This record gives sequence, structure tokens and C-alpha cells, in this order.
Amino acid sequence: MLSWRWFVARIGGAVITLIGVTVVVFIVLRTIPGNAITASLGIESGTLTPAQKASLEHFYGIDKPWVAQLWTWITGALSGNLGISLTSGKTVSSLLRTALPVTVELAVLAAMIGTAAGLLLGVLAGSRPGKVGDSATQGFALLGLAIPEFVLGTAVVAILAQAFHYFPDTGTFVPLTQSVSGNLSQVLYPALVLAVAFAANVMRTTRSEYVEMAGADYVRTAEGKGLRPFRVRSAHILRNAMIPIVTLTGIQFGYLLGGTVIVEQIFALPGLGRLLFTSISNRDYPVVQACVLVIAVLFVVVNLAVDLLYRVIDPRTRAS
Amino acid sequence: MSAPLLQVRGLHTAVRTRAGELEILRGVDLAVDRGETLAVVGESGSGKSFTALSITGLLPSDAAITAGQVLLDGRDLAAMPAKERRTIRGAEIGMVYQDPMTSLNPVMRIGVQVAEGLTAHGWSKQAARARVVEVLGEVGLPSPERLVRLYPHQLSGGMRQRVLIACAIAPRPKALIADEPTTALDVTVQQQILDLVARLRDEYGLAVIWITHDLGVVARIADRVAVMYAGRVVELADTGTLFEHPTHPYTDGLLRSLPTPDDPHQAPLPQIGGVPVSLSALPSGCPFAPRCPQRVERCEAAEPDLVDRDGSLAACWVPPERWVTATTSEAAHA
Amino acid sequence: MSVLPVVTDPPAAAAAPPAVGDAGLIRRVWRDRNGAVALVVTGLLIVVALLGVTGLLPHDPIAQAPADRLQGPSGTYWFGTDQFGRDIAARVAVGVWTSLRVAVVSVAIAAFIGSILGISAGFFRGWLDQVVSRFVDILFAFPAILLALAVVSALGNGWQNTAIAIAVVYTPIFARVSRGPTLSVGASEYVKAQRVLGIPPWRILLRHILPNVSAPIVVQITLALSWAILTESSLSFLGLGTQPPTASLGLMVADARDTVATAWWTLTFPALAIIVAVIALNLLGDGLRSALDPRRSGQ
Repeated sequence: MLSWRWFVARIGGAVITLIGVTVVVFIVLRTIPGNAITASLGIESGTLTPAQKASLEHFYGIDKPWVAQLWTWITGALSGNLGISLTSGKTVSSLLRTALPVTVELAVLAAMIGTAAGLLLGVLAGSRPGKVGDSATQGFALLGLAIPEFVLGTAVVAILAQAFHYFPDTGTFVPLTQSVSGNLSQVLYPALVLAVAFAANVMRTTRSEYVEMAGADYVRTAEGKGLRPFRVRSAHILRNAMIPIVTLTGIQFGYLLGGTVIVEQIFALPGLGRLLFTSISNRDYPVVQACVLVIAVLFVVVNLAVDLLYRVIDPRTRAS
Repeated sequence: MSAPLLQVRGLHTAVRTRAGELEILRGVDLAVDRGETLAVVGESGSGKSFTALSITGLLPSDAAITAGQVLLDGRDLAAMPAKERRTIRGAEIGMVYQDPMTSLNPVMRIGVQVAEGLTAHGWSKQAARARVVEVLGEVGLPSPERLVRLYPHQLSGGMRQRVLIACAIAPRPKALIADEPTTALDVTVQQQILDLVARLRDEYGLAVIWITHDLGVVARIADRVAVMYAGRVVELADTGTLFEHPTHPYTDGLLRSLPTPDDPHQAPLPQIGGVPVSLSALPSGCPFAPRCPQRVERCEAAEPDLVDRDGSLAACWVPPERWVTATTSEAAHA
Repeated sequence: MSVLPVVTDPPAAAAAPPAVGDAGLIRRVWRDRNGAVALVVTGLLIVVALLGVTGLLPHDPIAQAPADRLQGPSGTYWFGTDQFGRDIAARVAVGVWTSLRVAVVSVAIAAFIGSILGISAGFFRGWLDQVVSRFVDILFAFPAILLALAVVSALGNGWQNTAIAIAVVYTPIFARVSRGPTLSVGASEYVKAQRVLGIPPWRILLRHILPNVSAPIVVQITLALSWAILTESSLSFLGLGTQPPTASLGLMVADARDTVATAWWTLTFPALAIIVAVIALNLLGDGLRSALDPRRSGQ
């Protein structure tokens, strides 16, 4: 059904992008003033003797040329060794193992809520273009895209604190496997905050695609057959509109996976975004490098999946 | 003689615009019986497509029938609630549209697209499946069993038009409305589709309304012709009579602008002078008067009704025997 | 901000697109109700920003007045005061200036570099196109806020660095937006014929490519401005943008986290300023898009 050639080319492109991301991050990190030694020792690093310095440089592997360091990092990463955090001393992979599920759960929950709300509103608006409901929904979408996450998050936290005496739990994170209600009480509100902009985007796409597809010739054909209005809408209008909607929603989900920093910060969730943010401030390069790579991998994989899905749901892309 | 199967009487349809209601159809009268083809011709904006939409009840949401009747077997479709009309649409009146390339759902298999028009009208799944294969064969498509599993992009334009015709006739309707179904096709395919519809009309006893602006198509398929201008029928006649003795100056002008294939040294074709009238600024008298070479004083005062003229119906104050012989191209317009 | 704003339907390349520089453009935007609102609000924001930077304000945005801490909105303090007794109205005005300055500079850089990259890639094709497209793909693999975050932390604080960080984020968008139309115009029979006739490439670029690419770029500029304001305030909120005591909208929201429970105005007014600016620029972008759309300009 799908051509192997396309698939191989697509994977190849993804791998090249990821290598590019790695190289770019590597270079950016090495141009930042300071290095692993100054990061771990702070101003004490100024008191080191040249011999101590050289041995430390050797220990961190930064005495070698960049290309060699890059090679060491890439081969290490491929074998699962992402290095050790300079500030916490833990392995980077163990940090990622705890942070990644939090972010993925947050993003999946937000995307689910956002997609459901956006689809519903988009169809409502699109099926009666120009009417009051349409204008109201469009206004909501505009507002949803214009309110920054940090404003919405701050407002939600303030309202929760005032009305329910709820405060973001800065203590331990409760995984979903441990307690569903305990987990949701931590993840639901930040997910809702993220879902607003997501829903607004899905709604806009759905509305415009729905309006466009509703005017298509095949919809006229379907109506001429005397089908029930529900059948015309679901099997003809929405079925065709779904193709671009799925694509755009998928790409948006890819960005969401890497765009949770602010909300994780406000709601004190120990996810990937927060880990990255603190590592950047601490100049904890191995962690930064790994986080960015993981986010880029997630993004590229999601995009690849969206591309595949697109080919599955659109028969026109299959060879005849 | 019993009443014709499908009759349109005094049909008025209007569109809401910012400037108020605009009448698109201003009293259309038509009739077509079983086994007969009526061609409706006219330039764009004459109201021929709106007539089709009014008959099937598929007018855009800002348009509505304001007066008149659409009688199918004696039942007035114009007075029916939308739900009841839907049960007639497709089941008793089939529709075929202009552009076969875009008129099929690109993401739905051919078989489903034909079958859904059957199941919507109470056919069982098994009966529908059998009928789909049968009807695809009837419209001349090869290996229907294989075809049902294909998607529209895998078929040629001519094949897609056959599928659309199959969709329309699968529920065995009494009438078929074809809105310029051959315009987008090349000439050889066009001829095949015309032959196909003529054969189906005879086999099914269909009453066919064929909407077109192409007089060549009219000559090949129609028993009778209705010529529309500015939202009204201005001439209604048997095809042969109309082509030989047009009784309305507009029809006359249309026929004169046709090329004659046998005459290689033909003079430049005369055109109808002026531009089509705007429905929002109709003149007080006959809407064709400003472009009409036969115009007399009376034409600007009042709009003529359809009257009998030697077997043709024409809406014109000036009978053909009093027409001046000037070619239409010399007609000055006001 | 989970999605990079990209004009998904750039006006189709037409033989004679409406000129961007033509004076009728603003008039056409003005004729649309949303467009008119957007123009008025954008003008108002510029006036507020100018008030903020010139210091022509009744209160000092930085001077602390402990006696007037957390005063509600009143005739003296229109938007109330913050926890240090500073006038929020004055700080919002300065904050709008801060945001607009960063947004304008960053988008100007991004539009300039991005368009040059995109147009050259689309016009000259070949290896240049390969390199630019790959580069764009790589930058697109980073979520916008992360990329800005990384660049700011590499460069350090200060509005210039924030502007550079945001410019890095938006450069690939402009490259992508300008490459598409360049490709399609460049592949048209008309331009091919010109090349065969030996018309120098720079003339083809000026005469045929630029007029077709300018419309989507202009639309993208307004949209990018609105997202740049969002990114700038987000970075400030995280403490990576403008540094205190300079007022910035993001910082004001961050500070309001401690006071909003008792003083709603500390959050409301800076938040409103951001939202209004973003909505106005978005509507302006929509208005420009329909005014520049060759399919609609005939009407």
C-alpha cells in the first residue's frame, strides 16, 4: 500500500534532521561562555592549577577537539549512554526516565481535550457559517490563541488557590500508575491550560476545512441522493475535512511535546520542559543536550507518524 | 391524456441579498413526461440551474421558492416539508451534475457511493450490493465487481460520469435532472454519455430534464426544448420545430450564432448584441427588448406571456412573420 | 504557543498581484470592520509605547512609593499600583514599548534574512535550496519557545539578545513562506521564457519574483509580530528577558503571582495589554491577507 521508497526517503530525511539538531545544539552549547568545569565548580574553578585543570578537562572529555567530542557523544547516545548530570551527579538517562512520562502525559491529555473541544466547536461553527454561534466560536479561538500560557496558567493558579485552596504541589509527583486521582489532580489543570490554545487551533482548522468541504461538488452529489443530513456531514464533509485536520493536529501535538516549559514551571511539574529549563540555567550541558535531542526525536517521530497516517487516510496518496 | 409526470407551474424563486430579495426565477412553466427529454437552454444567469435546484429542493440556504408548484405525479414538492422532500430526492428524482472530476467523494469507494443512495431510501444492504453491481454494468462500466472497490481518482472522467449516472439511476427514479453533464468531457466521450442517457431513458421510461447551454447537444438528445432568459421560459417547442422555425427573437439569435459544418466559406457568425440583462435591474417591459432586433414600442411597455404560435409557445409581442430581416448583429442596443 | 505560525494559504501567485506598496492597501484593510479595529488598536498601542519611552507619563514607572503599595485603580493610579507602589499604568506603557521594540527588531531581522534565504533557495534551486531547506527543517524541529530559551541562555540577558533569539526562531518561517511562491513563479512559463531570452536574474527577481513574494511576507510579518510579543513576554516571565527594574509585561505577570489574590489589577492590566496587542496584530494580519488576496481584490 505504501511505497517503500517513500518510507526510506522519509526516514532518511528524519535522521539527517536529527543529526543536524544534535550538531547545532552541540555547537551552540560550546559557544556559551563557561564550560563543564566552571559549571560544576563555579568561581572556584579560577583557583585550579593548570595541571588540575588539564586533568579535569580530560575527565570531562573536553580536552579533545569538538568533532571528537561530538563523535563520542553520538556513539554514546546510540548505545544509551547520555552522560552524567554535572549538577546532580545522576545519569542523564535516569533523569529523562522520570521527566519524560510527565511531559508525555501532560501533552497527550492536553491534546485529547483540545482536539475534542476544537473538533466540536469547529464543526458547530463551520456548519452554520456567518451565524451568531460561528462568530462566538471564532472569537473564542482568537482569544484562545492570544492569551499567553503564562497568563492563563497564573490566572488558573490564582483562581484555584482562592476558590478551592488548591496549590500546585511542589513536592513529589504522583505517577498515573500509582494513583489516578492523585495524578490527575496534578496534571489536569496544566493540561487544561495547554488545551485552550490547542483547541483554538484545531477549531480554526476544522471550521475552515468544514466550510470549504461543505461547498464541494461531491457534497451536492450526496445531497442529490437524498441522504440524511447527518450522513452528508459525517461521511462526506467531515470525512474529507479530517485529512487536513489530522495532519495539522498531529504537527501541533509534536510542538506541544516540547512546548510545556512554561506550564510545567507554573504548576511545578517535574517534566522534560522543567528539567531543560533548570539545566539551561545551571549550564548542565549533558542534560540540556539530551533533553533537546529527546524533544527533537519526539517531534520528528510524531511528524513521521502524521505523514504515515495521512497516507493511510487519504486513498489518493496510494498507488492505483 | 393524463398529466405529465413532472410539471413546474409559475415557479418563483428568490435569493436574499444585502439589497433585498432578488428574484432569480420569475414564473417558470415546464412539463416533462415519462420517456421524454426536455432540454432547458439559456446563457449563464438565465435561471436554468436554479430551476433544477428548485425542483430537487437543493437551493442554497439564502434562496427559497416564493410561489408556484413543482408537481411530481400530482404531488406538490414545493409545498412539502424538507424531510419529506428528501425521501423523494434521489429515490424518485435523480441528479447528474456538471463536473465528473469533482462530483464524486475522493475518499469513498465507488461501490459505497452508489450504494448509499439506495440504503438511504430503505434498500437492504444485500439488495443494494446486488443492485450496485447491476447498475454499474448497465451504465457500461467494465467489471463492476472489481470497480466497486476502487476510488474515484482511479477512473477517467468519462468513467466517473458513468458512475455518477449510476448513482442517479440506481434507485430507479422516475425523473432524471442532468445539469450540463457533458460540458467538461471531450467530444467522443460526450457522445457516449448522450447515447447512454438516451438508452436509459427508454429502458427506464425516465422523464429527463437536460440543462445545457450547448444547442448542439440539444439537437442530439432533446424531444422538446425550453429556452430561458432572465428567469423565465421565453420559448417552448419541439426540437425540430424550434430549430426550423424559432418564434422568439432570442432563440433566433442563438440559432444564428451556431456554425454550419457544411459551409466552409461561412461569413463571420452573427452574435447577439448587448450583454445579458442584470436581474437586479430589469427593464420594465420585455427583459430581452434592449438587445432585440425586432423590438417595437410595446416591448418596452409590458412583458409578454407565453402564447401559442403555430405549435410553439413564445413570450414575444412580435410574431415571426412581422420580423424584420436584419441580422441580429446589427441590432443596436439602447 | 504550541505552534509556529505559518501562513498556510499564501495568496496564490498571480500574474499581477496587488502591489504591497500601493497606498490603497491600508484603505482596503480599513474598509473591513475587523481590519479597521486592528488598525485603530495598533495605532493606539504605538502611542502608548511612545508615551512609555518618552516618559511623558504622570507617574514614574520605576520609582517606588511604599506608602502607595497595592492601591486599586483610581483617578490617581488608573490601573492601580504594584507591591512596591509603582504605577501599573506607567509600567504597562513601558512594557508595551519593551515588547514592541523587541518584536519589531526581531521580526525585521527574521524577515530580512529569512526572505533572502527563501527567495535565493527558491530562485537558484540546486545545492543552495538543499542546504536552506535542511536548515529550515532543523530549526522547525525545535519548539519556538525552547529555541528562544536556548539562544537567550547562550547570549545572556538584555533586549537585544531577546530580539536576536526571537529572530532565530522566525527566520526559518520567513524562509519557508518566501520560498514557495518563488518556486512557483520561477517555474512559470513566463519566467522561463525570460531566462531563455537572457534577461539578467536580478531583473527577473525584482520585476516578477518580489511582487509575488511580498504579499505573503507582509502578512507573515504582522502575524510574526504578534507571536514575537508572546515569546518576548514568555521569556521575561521565565526571568530570561528584560531584567528588573525595567518594566516588561511578562515580568509584571510573574510578579503578580504573589499579589493577584489580593490585588486583581496587578495581573489583569499587563495581561490585557498582551492579549490586546496580540489580537490586534492577528486581525491586522487577517485584514492584510484578504486585502492582498488576488482572488478577492477585484471585488
